[in-house]
Amino acid sequence: MKVLVAGQAKGPVIKTNHPINFLGTVDKKSGIISDKNHELYNKSIKDSILVFPSGIGSSVGAYTIYSLKSNLTAPLAMICTKADLTVATGCALANIPVIIISNEEFQKINDGMNCSVDTNSQNLIHYE
Amino acid sequence: MELTRDEELSLKGEHGEILQMAYRILVATGEATDAEKLVPVEWSHLSGVNYNTIGDAGEEFLSQISREAKVKIRTTVNPMGFDFDNVQNYDLDDNFISKQLSIKNSYEKMGVIPSFSCIPYEIFDIPKSGTQVSFAESNAAIHANSYDGLKTNKESAFSALASALTGKSPFSSLRKNDEPNVTIKMKIENPNELSYGMLGFFAGKVGNTSVNISGLGTLDKRQSKAMCGGMGTSGTCAKIIFGDGSSECEEIDFDKKEMQTIFDELNTSEKGDLITLGSPQLGLDEISDLTAKLKGRSFKKRCMIFTPRTVKEQARKIGYLNELERAGCEILSDCCTCLSPLINKESVDSVTTNSIKGAFYLKNSNGVGVNLKSLLDIIEDETN
Repeated sequence: MKVLVAGQAKGPVIKTNHPINFLGTVDKKSGIISDKNHELYNKSIKDSILVFPSGIGSSVGAYTIYSLKSNLTAPLAMICTKADLTVATGCALANIPVIIISNEEFQKINDGMNCSVDTNSQNLIHYE
Repeated sequence: MELTRDEELSLKGEHGEILQMAYRILVATGEATDAEKLVPVEWSHLSGVNYNTIGDAGEEFLSQISREAKVKIRTTVNPMGFDFDNVQNYDLDDNFISKQLSIKNSYEKMGVIPSFSCIPYEIFDIPKSGTQVSFAESNAAIHANSYDGLKTNKESAFSALASALTGKSPFSSLRKNDEPNVTIKMKIENPNELSYGMLGFFAGKVGNTSVNISGLGTLDKRQSKAMCGGMGTSGTCAKIIFGDGSSECEEIDFDKKEMQTIFDELNTSEKGDLITLGSPQLGLDEISDLTAKLKGRSFKKRCMIFTPRTVKEQARKIGYLNELERAGCEILSDCCTCLSPLINKESVDSVTTNSIKGAFYLKNSNGVGVNLKSLLDIIEDETN
């Protein structure tokens, strides 16, 4: 496990096996995924612990993450299996904790479970 | 990542929210790229200036942070969307103009040098060899690493901004060492700038962070810029090492077949409604050469020329600008072919250009057809 952006958060997990392109497929006002082909289509990522493989697409997507936070529609934390610079810098701008985990760890997390993230504690992620 | 005590304090917010955010960006980028520490950088070149690329979210972000943020090192900036001197001649909506003005004001408030250029290596002094810099413009990063003896990764708009605010950058990848994964053997005979642009585009596709290229003759400025521009467009590779490299490197030929594949990918039209020159922007040498080539000739259709403001002013003093305007050219500073809002598919079907970088963005972002031609062919076919 690796911490990209430090912090604490607690909330329900929204999990997808699809990568997320923040530029153009996430509605900034509502936090709803607008890409019809995405597993999370029509779902809001607001106030969630968002668990997904990685971000994809233009690095300008980092501004979208910042906008989500300004609009109070951002996830509380993000957990990925691969570090990509769009998510890393977007969450750094917005001050949203980001943790990188292994594929095995990723398998253990289920959609809908409650989870807390604390980058100061020994177990970075705690499931309830 | 190991941080100094002062860096730790900044990350904790002891030196204000702006520096805290900047250090969060550096640490997140550093952790993502396996850097062990931060190193000082002396010059940052920012992308994310054109409203076309950063949109409302970028404009709002910059407006917000510019209330407090100040750059700490020499900071230059990429082109924006248009030239304020002649924007009234183009059919651009007021919203674009006011948002672009806000972005320009935000950067200037932060203390950047208002260069609005993608060729900082041609218009500013180059620091001494081995100096760490932080360039977010891809062609400039490649040029800096390959020709200017500087060290930079291919930075994002955000990591370069964080470097500008802190004077630091994560010590990773090309800042540490070069490990080219491939050697490209240039086999094209009598190459022109278009061939070098396509070679660059090919190299960007097969190279990881750096490539060896062998079989290159002596390139003029136009050709070397074309190669850097093409390479920055197609991948993550940010350094050319000239020569064969170690025998362990995979070898790939760049011959007629490889070049044709790229030509077919980017050339989508038989002819263009207008011509653009400059992506990367033209320097004074190229303007001077173009003026000489156009002596006694005039373009039969519109020709847009993109150049930095400082070059435009020099060209005006020397008299080149008059000559180019006489030949029918529109000279634009502070902006570039690539991601220009001045070319749109409602009024233009296709564009003739000698730039591979320009071609890629015209095709994919502006959605217009592209007709690729070398400068000599453009002058031969499109002027009389």
